[in-house]
Amino acid sequence: MDINKVSCRKAFTSTLEKIAAQNDTIFMVCTDSRGSVTAEGFADKFPAQFIEVGIAEQNAVGIAAGLATIGKNVFVAGPACFLTARSYEQIKVDVAYNHLSVKIIGVSGGVSYGPLGGTHTALHDIAGMRALPNIQVFVPSDNFTTTLITEYLAKNDCPAYMRTGRGDVPAIYCESDNFEMHKAKKVCEGNDATIIACGEMVYPAKMAAELLKQEGVSVRVLDMFCLKPYDEESIISAAKETKAIVTVEEHSIYGGLGELVCAVTAQNCPVPVKVMGFPDEEYKIGSSAELFEHYGFTPPNIAQEVKKLVKAK
Amino acid sequence: MDTLKKIAYERRLDVLEMIWASKSGHIGGSMSCMDILVTLYYEIMDTDKILKNAPDRDRFILSKGHCAEALYAVLADKGFFPKEDLKTFGKFDTALAEHPTKKIPGVEIATGALGHGLSIGVGMALGLKNTSSTIYVLMGDGELAEGSVWEAIMAANKYSLNNLIAIIDRNYLQISGETKDIMPLESLVGKFEYFGWPVLLCDAHNPERIIARIKEGRQGNAGPFALIAESIKGKGSSLMEYKTEWHHQIPNEAQYKQMKEDLRHGYQ
Repeated sequence: MDINKVSCRKAFTSTLEKIAAQNDTIFMVCTDSRGSVTAEGFADKFPAQFIEVGIAEQNAVGIAAGLATIGKNVFVAGPACFLTARSYEQIKVDVAYNHLSVKIIGVSGGVSYGPLGGTHTALHDIAGMRALPNIQVFVPSDNFTTTLITEYLAKNDCPAYMRTGRGDVPAIYCESDNFEMHKAKKVCEGNDATIIACGEMVYPAKMAAELLKQEGVSVRVLDMFCLKPYDEESIISAAKETKAIVTVEEHSIYGGLGELVCAVTAQNCPVPVKVMGFPDEEYKIGSSAELFEHYGFTPPNIAQEVKKLVKAK
Repeated sequence: MDTLKKIAYERRLDVLEMIWASKSGHIGGSMSCMDILVTLYYEIMDTDKILKNAPDRDRFILSKGHCAEALYAVLADKGFFPKEDLKTFGKFDTALAEHPTKKIPGVEIATGALGHGLSIGVGMALGLKNTSSTIYVLMGDGELAEGSVWEAIMAANKYSLNNLIAIIDRNYLQISGETKDIMPLESLVGKFEYFGWPVLLCDAHNPERIIARIKEGRQGNAGPFALIAESIKGKGSSLMEYKTEWHHQIPNEAQYKQMKEDLRHGYQ
């Protein structure tokens, strides 16, 4: 496996397969989604730990909750667009309200399924999950963070949601990088502004910082791979030390990382914040790359937004 | 079996007191399912194991979670928590919410969003396959309109869950009226059977029949089965029997006294 080019969903299933080989309490529930999830290997190797419920997300999450009451650690995996919307009440009640060890794994989140249209977008999922008490929310940015979070979820009995993208993504980190769960990861240091990003937006954010460096603008980049509980301290430090923040996320401008950063800064250390997310409108059809370009999630455009804030300081 | 009937009337009186004290609750459905609850908790399930949280205990899921007060009355009488606690039902900061939560000893899982219980029961039954534990899921007939119930019915059949029993409190009424007008269910037997579930019918107010039917259903069963228990909503007082409005109406003082009198006479 080329560690530098792998999809987060594949990083998830490879990691879970390794863990399940040693731990028969790990279960996976799929919704005719084993292909989307890349869970065929898990299904073949661990048939007694794999439950297939067909296209029935509500049932999948309810069954996962029932299994969790018996001491299983259950991963329900399917396309984020369906799993987080169709079974929202089961996630809220059966899983979160009951504090059960069920991990909701939404694959192909955001606009991963861009050409499939508005039925298949998941740009609401972070907002929905963040609003539910007791549930942790993760958005990994590459295969390293995906593996790290998967290992954490396999060891802990918290209810959780993890969203991954669909396509191969470049590695941002390497084996020697250290992470602290529930803490933002500093991708690079800088003093003139901070870009806070999550998921697949971390890479263009890092590229934007590199472009700005060439122009003499020093930018800090934070990877907020854990959105709940979130790292308030790093946000406040960024506000105090760099005095300008741009947030970038593959999510609606409502209820995601941008609003989180605005809430933290407004209540602790108000500084100018620019929120880059998907606008409240019906989205165009196109590949992820085309949509990122159209909606401005490119390194030059992110750099441009940073420069505007720095200039206005 | 008269003893179980008598116990059920006593628990109905407990429910009436809880509803009268808190001025809240779901009286009609609590009365209709009481004989089923009493039969399960006083005769069929080993409550010592449930009290001890033994891994091989039977599990009960009150999918019709709005009838929590009926379950609380039974759990308190069986010693899961002090009877005194029933007085806190529905009051500020109580553990005894109007829908059950895991904070209450004996409650396996929080329910109350309808149509969830059977999926959870399927998950439990999968996790406990080939063990001695049986999972009982009590559902209202109104909640059978939820699509997720039928997803669970299909899954239970697929996985041949012979440790799962669905009991339907078939009282023919729901909050807005008769089930036949709100969303017709018939043929309910046919629906279950087409989904691969054997169906048994019984009088929901005859503990002897409930016991016999469950025994019969369990004989060499290869998968789950449904027990459709024909009940009377508001059972125990003519004031509320068969009446839609008593889904969650709170009695006034005269009605409260009348119901108390009726319930006392029920077993005398």
